[in-house]
Amino acid sequence: MSKIMEGLLYSESHEWVKVDGDIAIIGVSDFAQKEMGEITYVDMPEVDDEIGQGETFGALESVKAASDLYSPVSGVVVEVNEELEDAPEKVNEDAFENWIIKVRMSDKGELDGLMDAAAYKAMIEE
Amino acid sequence: MKYYDKLIFELSAEGRNGYSLPKNRFPSANPLPKSLTRSEAPLLPQVSEVDVVRHYTNLSQMNFGVDTGFYPLGSCTMKYNPKINEEIANLPAFAGIHPLQDASTVQGVLEVYYNMERMLAEITGLSAFTFNPCAGAHGELTGLMVMRQYHLCRGDLGRTKVIVPDSAHGTNPASAAVCGLEVVVVKSKENGRIDVNDLKPLLDDTVAGIMMTNPNTLGLFETEIKEIASLVHAAGGLLYYDGANMNPLMGVVRPGDMGFDIMHLNLHKTFSTPHGGGGPGSGPVGVAAYLEPYLPLPKVVRCDDGSFSILQDRETSAGKVSGFMGNFGVILRAYTYLLMLGKENLRKVGEFSVLGANYIKESLKDLYKLPIEGVCKHEFVFDGLVNDGGHDEVHGATTLDVAKRLLDFGFHAPTIYFPLLFHQALMIEPTETESKETLDAFIAVMREIAREAAEDPAILQEAPHNTPVRRPDETAAARNPILKYTDSKPCE
Repeated sequence: MSKIMEGLLYSESHEWVKVDGDIAIIGVSDFAQKEMGEITYVDMPEVDDEIGQGETFGALESVKAASDLYSPVSGVVVEVNEELEDAPEKVNEDAFENWIIKVRMSDKGELDGLMDAAAYKAMIEE
Repeated sequence: MKYYDKLIFELSAEGRNGYSLPKNRFPSANPLPKSLTRSEAPLLPQVSEVDVVRHYTNLSQMNFGVDTGFYPLGSCTMKYNPKINEEIANLPAFAGIHPLQDASTVQGVLEVYYNMERMLAEITGLSAFTFNPCAGAHGELTGLMVMRQYHLCRGDLGRTKVIVPDSAHGTNPASAAVCGLEVVVVKSKENGRIDVNDLKPLLDDTVAGIMMTNPNTLGLFETEIKEIASLVHAAGGLLYYDGANMNPLMGVVRPGDMGFDIMHLNLHKTFSTPHGGGGPGSGPVGVAAYLEPYLPLPKVVRCDDGSFSILQDRETSAGKVSGFMGNFGVILRAYTYLLMLGKENLRKVGEFSVLGANYIKESLKDLYKLPIEGVCKHEFVFDGLVNDGGHDEVHGATTLDVAKRLLDFGFHAPTIYFPLLFHQALMIEPTETESKETLDAFIAVMREIAREAAEDPAILQEAPHNTPVRRPDETAAARNPILKYTDSKPCE
């Protein structure tokens, strides 16, 4: 059974968002990392890149597959988790602890369209 | 099988060689200017003839091929490659030609191109072919270039989308993307066929065409193809047929008659030319008559006096896709195959490949999950084991484990984890060239593997046990790739 963290927001493409003022901390869900299998590479954007909601900001690669990462919010990338460059397996170890990027949001209203933990749980159990 | 992993450079010994050059009869002549000659001798391995023979013979024995065993690799049509194909392709009059020779000196070669085009047109129900693409995906790209060129030449500039089913070969969306077109996915229904209701809303004046495989990658015939064809055509789009699964249809149904406008064939699948190990491949593209002006050039044409020439220019052509006219040696092998088989026997290819696939499917479906019941064509997909042996803290055996265990029994593994519609896909295609005894031996091994999985999945999870190379750690290889040769011998 996949872990689901309370208090986070979730997208349909299995990213999670933790809101910290204007900053959105973004990662992938435990369900997503399990589906991918052992992750071998995390492709991330550069700091200062502008990204739009629903747009690709990077990708996860595993032995099984490569899967695009979609941004749940619009904004500017303020930080990327450089630890993942050399240790992509951290996403497998704890998908909620190991965030991928931090984005300064340009429209916090977009958060209203995301799911809470209960709604996301219902979606993946479907 | 013995383990052998040396590079020929590791056999090299200073001063050893296996040749003797004739004495230079023109010692004073210096044919090349100094700027073009080497200052140092090239670093070639210094080995004797027997070193070379043993080296490559040992390497070849590490290989698995259709000449060594059963190769049920779904979607790849690994049929036997008759040796007469090689005999004809090695005739000096064919093997010794050069692509820049004058057409008058290679009339026989051009005639092979011309006759092959006529035969493929007859088999597919299309009108004209280009032989220039050198592989299947190259053919897809070429076909899409023809599609795009057709729309552009009509001044219809807004058609930028290509519809691809979710069960498609991965090359389909990739080819569309390389061609600068946008991919839109259409879903499959529960029965594995395209959902026409999902397709309808996608069809508008931005659609360049749809790419389909029929039978599709689940080995199922798209029964609503006529309706799909008329819907796509009504919206102004074209139908592209991925010929990867043509094997069961030859002499029975023709893509042209189903409504397809453009297609490619894989001569290295359907027409018995070598596949794997680098081939080389050949992906001729056929089109309906009204699309012929857009085919790439050069192309062989027949003149009024019965001779053959090469058409080099045509204003509407989609352009050049390879240096000359594809891999002639491969086309010649396929031509030989068709002539040896003959029109009457062509239909049996499909009948036997379909019979073999259904025989395996029905003999194993009590032990392997069959997601879609019914008669398949030349291949089918299981979705893992019925009983994978997993319980409490014990992980069950996966499709990967089944595939690895098959190697221990001397069979090549089927295609795994494709198509993506199922989580544990195991795709089996026996082809028409296997005897019932071979199919029975494979079925017996697959049943044995299922029994092992149920009793002790670890046997599968640690497989292969008997091959010269054991299971590699793919994760470690991807996370810490060693990309540079080092002179260490960790395996000794």
